Amino acid sequence: MKSGELKLLLTSSPFLKQEEDTPYIMRQVIIALLPATLAALYFFGINAFLVILVSILGAMFTEWLFTRSKGVNTLHDGSAALTGLLLALVLPPGIPLWMAFLGGVVSIGIGKMIFGGLGSNIFNPALVGRAFLQAAFPVAMTTWSPVIPMNQFFHLYHTTLGIPFLKMPTAVTTATPLARMKFDAQLTAFHDLFLGSTAGSLGETSSLLILLGGIYMVLKKVINWRIPLAIFISMYVFAGILHWINPGHYAPPTFHLFAGGIMLGAIFMATDPVTSPVTQKGCWVFGIGIGFLVILIRTFGGLPEGVMYAILLMNAFTPLINRVTRERVYGTE
Amino acid sequence: MNLLTFTSTKTFRHGIHPRDYKELTKDKPIERMPFSNEYVLPLSQHLGAPSVPVVKPGDKVFRGQLIAEPGGFVSVALHSPVTGKVKAIELHHHPSGKMVESIVIQTDPFSPQTLYHEHEIEWQDLTTQELLIMIQNGGFVGLGGAAFPTHVKLSVPEGKKAQFLIVNGVECEPYLTSDHRLMLENYENVFLGIRIAMRILDVEKAYLGIEMNKPDAIELMREKMPPDLNCEVVPLQVKYPQGAEKMLTEAVLNKEIPSGKLPIDIHVIVNNVGTIAGIGQLFRFGQPLIERIVTVTGPGIQRPANLMVPIGTRLEDVLEYCGGLKDNTRQILFGGPMMGSPQVFLDVPIMKGTSGILCLTDYEVKVREEYPCIRCLRCVDACPVYLNPSRLGALAKKRQYEAMLDYHILDCMECGSCSYVCPSNIPLVQRFRVAKALLREQMAKQKQTG
Ligand code: SF4
Ligand code: SF4
Repeated sequence: MKSGELKLLLTSSPFLKQEEDTPYIMRQVIIALLPATLAALYFFGINAFLVILVSILGAMFTEWLFTRSKGVNTLHDGSAALTGLLLALVLPPGIPLWMAFLGGVVSIGIGKMIFGGLGSNIFNPALVGRAFLQAAFPVAMTTWSPVIPMNQFFHLYHTTLGIPFLKMPTAVTTATPLARMKFDAQLTAFHDLFLGSTAGSLGETSSLLILLGGIYMVLKKVINWRIPLAIFISMYVFAGILHWINPGHYAPPTFHLFAGGIMLGAIFMATDPVTSPVTQKGCWVFGIGIGFLVILIRTFGGLPEGVMYAILLMNAFTPLINRVTRERVYGTE
Repeated sequence: MNLLTFTSTKTFRHGIHPRDYKELTKDKPIERMPFSNEYVLPLSQHLGAPSVPVVKPGDKVFRGQLIAEPGGFVSVALHSPVTGKVKAIELHHHPSGKMVESIVIQTDPFSPQTLYHEHEIEWQDLTTQELLIMIQNGGFVGLGGAAFPTHVKLSVPEGKKAQFLIVNGVECEPYLTSDHRLMLENYENVFLGIRIAMRILDVEKAYLGIEMNKPDAIELMREKMPPDLNCEVVPLQVKYPQGAEKMLTEAVLNKEIPSGKLPIDIHVIVNNVGTIAGIGQLFRFGQPLIERIVTVTGPGIQRPANLMVPIGTRLEDVLEYCGGLKDNTRQILFGGPMMGSPQVFLDVPIMKGTSGILCLTDYEVKVREEYPCIRCLRCVDACPVYLNPSRLGALAKKRQYEAMLDYHILDCMECGSCSYVCPSNIPLVQRFRVAKALLREQMAKQKQTG
């Protein structure tokens, strides 16, 4: 035997490895977002396309900027692109493009890189970006442009090409279902909520398409189904109790489930593994907490929507949840 | 075929489902490998004290003759696998990577290689103690890989009582099929071995756990089971690491072995089916442990096979018999892919605990880029003893070994499930091994000093 030529490796077991790696997981999430992304293009035309593009560019540019000095390229793990896409989908369709870019920059820069990069951040980066924009540009962030008909794909909103520091052009706006509920006590038809022809952020209008993506991710085992399920159950129960106490004043629980950003938030944001608990019990606690907070903010807070703050708040509690829900070790009490 | 064979729900919690690759060899009958020119028998092939040679260079030895005595209670005898001459007793490459004192035997090319003293042993009237001594002098150790002396394992400590014998026919490591073939071809040895082990342990009931990827073995064992032998064949779901004592006990009896305790603490003794069959062989023919079944497999070998190999055969001889390696072979393991140990010298001998030779190519051993932990929880869901490998991995990286104790690192059995599933390719179990070794060292030092 020609043992001399043979170069044998000395590494240690295991020598079998599941093929699915982290970039694969990121790709799966992006694929799951495609239906909602296409719907955004359908409902909001070229505006949606530009916002998504610019937001992703902002995120990837910042990732590149931060990792350049370390000599590593982390762009190919796909997490920056995903953050950019997620951010775009929670922005209003008529947002000025420079703000979308800035949102991408803040998401990665402040939401992720200053914590040490992928895996070390406490808050969901896309939501950090959104929270920043919300605080800095409250008007632009609550200017809900109406859905445009398909034959006007190239119709640009006046606001889209807005320039920094100039007065915002007046926009044609409309109210979101949640705002109508909150301020006018007016319900939106269920099938509109479900299919998406309502005003709202780019990607959060059609519950059906987001759910589809969610089911895909559960089947591919890239998200923990316990988190969205816990959120939905807790919202349903809490909103149900309120509705039962005073049906005239509080919206029915199904409305809450399908209106606003909760679908996108519950399925794509809260399930971000980095910022959710690492124990199964903890995931239940985390989800229940989010659901409760969303209803609390929507019903009793000053804002029509509370998904973003609910998730960010529970993100902050994640380390604590991890500590108190440590799993029992085999063979111990 | 019994429908139940395919519908078992018995298993343990967590664990992983790697592809098993057993199709390479599972239908290949056991082949007897022809005798080689030379054999190398390390005095240390088991856990515990090395054996003590009773022969010297130049001595003529027969196949099955004692060549080294047990070096203490936790030690076993060693026998010559061939008729020939002791060539030397010297340091030789050992599968552990160290140099170990070994007896080298040159085969007598003209010998018919019959067994030294073939005879059936009347065991019915022997006492437990006598049976245990025969097993120790027969050189028996756990053939599943751990190589722990069998007579020690079968000795129930003072004040404890065994209630069940669980025979491990799980073979959960991918690629390996030696236990599978053994059950199909040597079932009489298995049944006699179970009888004797039950006698020694004084238990009423035995279980034989077999995973459902071996339906033919499940069926055959059920069919051939002697009516007076109270042994239940338990089909188990296919899952890694079901062959671990803790997992098998949970799967069969639905009971957890407490952390830091042994199966006997819940009245259970677990033994590998290969070891049990070896005991059967000993009492049927008087044959000590001088050969074993080895699965030679993997994409890197020309002709995968299940071989009956004399203990002490050099790795290179086995590879050559199987048609040699393919050009792109990069790694050769003793054992399975999950817990096996890599070999770098081709002259290392097959030992008592060598269940397989796995040859992997470029493709399987490709280096994968490591990403940061994204806390995806896959490792947590995989760990059969419910540890949090993600957290432990982070602590290990920061060298906070003390803090790992608090996260029960010492309960880790190094099964590799966490590393297997980690999408960020973090070498979790590799880090845990280092941490455990350091912690053990530290604790030993602390004991010494105070
Ligand atoms: S499997 Fe890997 S990436 Fe996922 S939580 Fe565990 S260590 Fe982190
Ligand atoms: S190697 Fe240790 S930590 Fe990893 S899965 Fe196995 S027992 Fe758990």
